[in-house]
Amino acid sequence: MERPIRVLIAKPGLDGHDRGAKVLARAMRDAGMEVIYTGLRQTPEQIVEAAVQEDVDTIGLSCLSGAHNHLFPEVTRLLKEKDATDILVVGGGIIPEEDIPKLKEAGISEIFTPGTTTATAIEYIKENVKR
Amino acid sequence: MTTHAKNDSNIWAERVLAGDRRALARVISLLENQEPEGFHTLKTLYPKTGQAHIIGLTGPPGGGKSSLVDRMIQEIRSRGHEVAVVAVDPTSPFTGGAILGDRIRMQRWASDTGVYIRSMGTRGSLGGLARAVYATVQLLDAASFPYILVETVGVGQSEVDIVQVADTVVVVSVPGLGDDVQVSKAGIMEIGDVFAVNKADLPGSQRVVVELQSMLDLGSHDVWQPPVVTTVATTGKGVSELITAIQEHLVVLQEANLLTKQRLAREKEALLQRLTERIRCDITKQWSNKQGNQAWENLAAKKTDPYTLEEQLYLSWKGVTTVDNQD
Ligand SMILES: Nc1nc2c(ncn2[C@@H]2O[C@H](COP(=O)(O)OP(=O)(O)OP(=O)(O)O)[C@@H](O)[C@H]2O)c(=O)[nH]1
Ligand SMILES: [Mg+2]
Repeated sequence: MERPIRVLIAKPGLDGHDRGAKVLARAMRDAGMEVIYTGLRQTPEQIVEAAVQEDVDTIGLSCLSGAHNHLFPEVTRLLKEKDATDILVVGGGIIPEEDIPKLKEAGISEIFTPGTTTATAIEYIKENVKR
Repeated sequence: MTTHAKNDSNIWAERVLAGDRRALARVISLLENQEPEGFHTLKTLYPKTGQAHIIGLTGPPGGGKSSLVDRMIQEIRSRGHEVAVVAVDPTSPFTGGAILGDRIRMQRWASDTGVYIRSMGTRGSLGGLARAVYATVQLLDAASFPYILVETVGVGQSEVDIVQVADTVVVVSVPGLGDDVQVSKAGIMEIGDVFAVNKADLPGSQRVVVELQSMLDLGSHDVWQPPVVTTVATTGKGVSELITAIQEHLVVLQEANLLTKQRLAREKEALLQRLTERIRCDITKQWSNKQGNQAWENLAAKKTDPYTLEEQLYLSWKGVTTVDNQD
């Protein structure tokens, strides 16, 4: 049975900008996805709890504050703890190239840097959701 | 397949009863996607249902429903109870996608284990809201949440659908929309058990209260007189009174021996709706072949008329189900 991909868009960290996240959310809706937006300043715990309750296929993390090296791996660690590693995690925001390998090692499947189009991100998610 | 699904669903049922939130969330997805496994699980869990107070909230877009739900969670938690929320937002009929934005107002409860929040799109199918929401609410009931809050936006069919799900319907109004829009809107006065005038911090709220009250005075209410409560969801003002009014409604229903009756009527209606949906599917499938195409062509050419066609379709559907029953 065909069903929409469910995505949770979350902004961990303290920065107060969510324009990019909202643009992505709309593009995802237009691509036929169900998008749950949890808003600004989310802790990794809140993000993972919401993802489990909402039974999403994927989590999109966006971070502009530079705290991604701590926050993103914390999300994947908590997902492991909840036995929920079948949820695909992708990240975006202002993330230096040199940080990417470590983030991927920590279980973030893909990082979209500022130049990436929403279409690329959506395509990636469609091809990589695990169920 | 059925035995396999059955065994699996017993495991699902056990996990749900044990309070496993991931299993609960997964079974809700199965129900939403109309997977047989989901309904098998509900079959197992059905005897456990009937304990929860199911509360529906409906009202105009942006009226503060989600903010009110957030405050209601707070009030219910402060009274020491667990609570589940189903927040429904419209699915885009063009793309099948949706932005489910209600959770953002309640997200502070994400890590409270006594609160479960689930966002849902109306999705396309006939009676879609009623069906998926109904099943989800039953599951949450079986999972022993004593309070289940269902938020739907009051446009189109959904506010009427909420009656099929909830024991108590809260109709949310706000000042500043003009009286025609909300109060006299067909059906709204009839479905409300409790009326909340939210954004009572804004000018004009007292006028809305008076209007609602005078509309209610026109109706005949023998068992329960729907109260009008003012709330400010942003501060929590009036929310304790709102919860108390909602609880009183349930008590009155119980004392008048109406609760069981109403629930049975809802169950029956939901069942009939599911049957209708299945039959519609059957007939559509059965007639999307050569014979069907011929019939539509004949109709277009006025070689037949829709009433004769209806009769034919009906009889042929009956014929097929008889054959089905025999094997
Ligand atoms: N002044 C005032 N604003 C309120 C009140 N309650 C909610 N709001 C604001 O109204 C806006 C909409 O609130 P929501 O709770 O999202 O409303 P909703 O009815 O759930 O909206 P939809 O689900 O989109 O239909 C937000 O900006 C709230 O802060 C209130 O009592 N007073
Ligand atoms: Mg809302």
